[in-house]
Amino acid sequence: MATAETLNMSEPEAPSAPSYSQLFWIFTRIALTSFGGGLSGWLLREFVQNRKWMTQEEFLNGLSISQALPGVNVKNMAVWIGYRLLGWRGAAIGFVGIIVPPAIVIVLLGTLFSSLSHYPLTHVALMGAAAAAVGLSLSMGITAARAVPRNAVPLAIMAATFIAVALLHWPLFWVVLTAGFVSVAYAYARAG
Amino acid sequence: MSDNPQTSLLLSLLAVFAPLSLVTIGGGQSAIADINRQVVDVHQWMSQAQFVDAFAISRMAPGPGSLLVTLIGWQVAGFWGAVVATMAIFGPTTFLIYAVAHIWSRKGGERWKRALEAGLRPVAAGMILAAGYVLLQAMDGGWFARAIAFASTATLLLTKVNPLLLIGAGVTVFIGLHALGLV
Repeated sequence: MATAETLNMSEPEAPSAPSYSQLFWIFTRIALTSFGGGLSGWLLREFVQNRKWMTQEEFLNGLSISQALPGVNVKNMAVWIGYRLLGWRGAAIGFVGIIVPPAIVIVLLGTLFSSLSHYPLTHVALMGAAAAAVGLSLSMGITAARAVPRNAVPLAIMAATFIAVALLHWPLFWVVLTAGFVSVAYAYARAG
Repeated sequence: MSDNPQTSLLLSLLAVFAPLSLVTIGGGQSAIADINRQVVDVHQWMSQAQFVDAFAISRMAPGPGSLLVTLIGWQVAGFWGAVVATMAIFGPTTFLIYAVAHIWSRKGGERWKRALEAGLRPVAAGMILAAGYVLLQAMDGGWFARAIAFASTATLLLTKVNPLLLIGAGVTVFIGLHALGLV
């Protein structure tokens, strides 16, 4: 324990921020290598666990806000991360990096699809890729759930949100509005 | 709106997708049903079969699933259709998150910020778990696929492995199972 603390003291707290091209390349690579969703899981791995450009705390704060606001979560998250690290240029890089390269790919794929679909192995390979990729979503969910305070009210709100969305298929808009309102009001009252 | 049919088509794409972008809470998937209705029933830009194909491609392709609308824009109105549809579905909410990120970086309102961060966290966790659960249900490949998904989850939580390796392993296992006649 003491050794770990000494080590932390001797190392600089935050490594230098990424360069513009580094940031663009990371978003592009994540966008192009993420099959079957779970992009937020990739972002967490890259920015928090591997490069340590932000803390898990900061990341999860951004993720909660990205989830609660309308818009594709991973795009919201890319803009959030880009802004936190490199200001408005970073936000623009996040947006372009996460959207444009895969947009080009999907158009190419749509054009090529008829020839690809002739091979049954294509579908088999994609099933395997998608199954492994679901693990990214699940591990992200577990990481987020672990960060929820071990108190009755937040845990109940998490469970209620899960049940409403996954099992009851209630409209997300109303779930987020209701659960978000109750939860934020509770947190605000406790913060005082 | 315009004499030029191409321009009026682009304006229609914008008019359909920009409002939809604002109701995509919790990710793009929530808007798919409505996109289907608008594209197939209301505007008849595509047949239902064409829409299902486009949807399947969007699930196989890397990147955000909402790029489905890019493909729709491309098929309906070519290059500019793709550009307009993409900006319509991603643009408005980008300004929203940008504004929030900007406000967040300023001083002041600390109690509200902390309340929002702490309060939204259980809601976000519930939604992400729900998304994982729904993906697990929707996946092809039965219990083999579920076993791979759980093994991949555990590996990601316990190690720092590059997720691409896991995806490669998933592909290899499924091709092996296919060769054995199991999937």
